[in-house]
Amino acid sequence: MTPLLTTKGLSRNFGGLRAVDGVDFALMPGEIRAVIGPNGAGKTTFVSLVSGRIQPSSGMIVFDGADITNLPAYARVRLGIAYTFQITSVFANLTAYDNVALPVQRTLTDGRSKGAVHASAMAALERTGLADRAHMPAGQLSYGHQRLLEVAMGLALKPRLLILDEPTQGLADSEIDNFIGLVREIAKSATVLLIEHNMPVVMQLADRITVFNAGKILAEGTPEQVRANAEVQDAYLGTTP
Amino acid sequence: MKEASPAKAYALHVGVIVLLFALSFVLPEYHHGLLARIMVLAVFAMGYNMLFGYVGLLSLGHAMFFSAGLYGAGLAVIHLGWSVPAAFAAGLACGALLALVIGLLALRTSGVAFMIVTMMFAQVFYLIILYLAAWTGGDQGLVVPQSARVLVLGSTSLGLTNPTVRYMSALVLFSIVLLMTLAVVRSRYGRVLVAIRENEERTKMLGYDTFSNKLAAVVVSGTICAASGAAYALLFGYVGSTFASVQYSILPLLWVLLGGAATTLGPLIGTLFMYYVVDITSGYTSAYLLIVGIALILLVLFFPKGILGTIRQRWLGWLP
Ligand SMILES: Nc1ncnc2c1ncn2[C@@H]1O[C@H](COP(=O)(O)OP(=O)(O)OP(=O)(O)O)[C@@H](O)[C@H]1O
Ligand SMILES: [Mg+2]
Repeated sequence: MTPLLTTKGLSRNFGGLRAVDGVDFALMPGEIRAVIGPNGAGKTTFVSLVSGRIQPSSGMIVFDGADITNLPAYARVRLGIAYTFQITSVFANLTAYDNVALPVQRTLTDGRSKGAVHASAMAALERTGLADRAHMPAGQLSYGHQRLLEVAMGLALKPRLLILDEPTQGLADSEIDNFIGLVREIAKSATVLLIEHNMPVVMQLADRITVFNAGKILAEGTPEQVRANAEVQDAYLGTTP
Repeated sequence: MKEASPAKAYALHVGVIVLLFALSFVLPEYHHGLLARIMVLAVFAMGYNMLFGYVGLLSLGHAMFFSAGLYGAGLAVIHLGWSVPAAFAAGLACGALLALVIGLLALRTSGVAFMIVTMMFAQVFYLIILYLAAWTGGDQGLVVPQSARVLVLGSTSLGLTNPTVRYMSALVLFSIVLLMTLAVVRSRYGRVLVAIRENEERTKMLGYDTFSNKLAAVVVSGTICAASGAAYALLFGYVGSTFASVQYSILPLLWVLLGGAATTLGPLIGTLFMYYVVDITSGYTSAYLLIVGIALILLVLFFPKGILGTIRQRWLGWLP
């Protein structure tokens, strides 16, 4: 099987800081991949390079067999790479419905009727449990609900690769349980790249785990392999007993 | 931006149009003429609002789009002897083309740089008009001859100098642009424009080519402003360089701020309000600009969202 996403020697410097440093990475279709690592390890920078939000200093990104290194972000989204922001970035003054209708109306290729937008938008809100808040301004939703709205917007893009950057940050325990179910469901139709600090969530969801440290991949493997890896213990797991 | 109450919104807009139509039969001559002028200039404000209100791009150069329509239509009549509809179309085309070129260049910037760049382009446009005095009449301007301002429709010919014809022509243009704005605002494209205003970065990450969307908005906005300018030349019979000066770039901004940015009827209300404040105060004192200035400051302090924006915020959330 050929990978859905590969990066070769992907790097990004901020001044003298090598935030992402020569990363070779491959992601198989259908996988749920977790990316973990200490604060400042370069996880967000790495997925930002993949989504096109920032430009690499060097290296190459291949998605579904095509070199996308020089594609603008919006074109990558159209290829099926959806990114949900670590720092919640919903349209605060628009309703939850409008937030989701925006990605929906662009992805609809057939049935461009008002009804079709409404149905898909409400479906995305229902999957994230936000349907009864559809007409609230997004800025008035609780923090946890804004995180879920972020996910709903990603879902509404009908992505092939959904990148979730710390989606459970700020969620209550009950919300996290729902969220795990949601990601499992999403993974039936999309590949998921999940940056996550919450280790129980990672262990429950991930098929494989990639550990970042200081801009480089430190280790990669199944949850069991990563848990057993001494270097990872030192760099990361040791800090969250 | 809500899905709710489309019927109410359309009823309100049609109601405003019917009211303006009815006013034509009851207004005294002076106010009748003034209102015709206000409707034409409200179209200018609506075009400005399209870009400023909905996309959040503050241009300080929209006088160039208005005067592209003004001169495009006026000079086509004066020098080429074109008919009224052809001249109007020429004005629209000039505005659309200019907006496309300016958009391609100015949209490389945003924020304050966009304000400065649009202002500089408008200044260049103004100077070109003065420089080409042989055709444009320079700072004197030109009068569009009355004999040419006749709209021939089949076997009837309507003189645009006739007050009723003029009023009704202005009303037709105003109504078309108003209903078009309402349709755009309520459309999916309108939703994308507002999204760009609210958070352009996020909009890109939903797969939208924000540059193209903004460029389209500049062209639509510029073309509407040119329609206003072209109508002005044909209905009021004068083209002059004042209309290309920086004053006429700032006026639509004031009208829109007064009436309420990103409201469909705000541009009309703002233009109407400003015209009548000037009209009434200038009747009492020669220091009327001072009073206008004070009125503006008070409005911005107490109604920062403009007249209609405040009404929407406090009472009528469904207003488009
Ligand atoms: N725009 C930027 N300009 C300068 N430095 C940056 C920028 N973005 C990130 N960095 C730096 O790059 C390094 C990697 O940051 P990044 O946000 O990718 O880490 P992370 O692994 O996502 O961390 P966290 O777990 O805290 O989210 C950090 O040292 C950060 O300060
Ligand atoms: Mg991060």
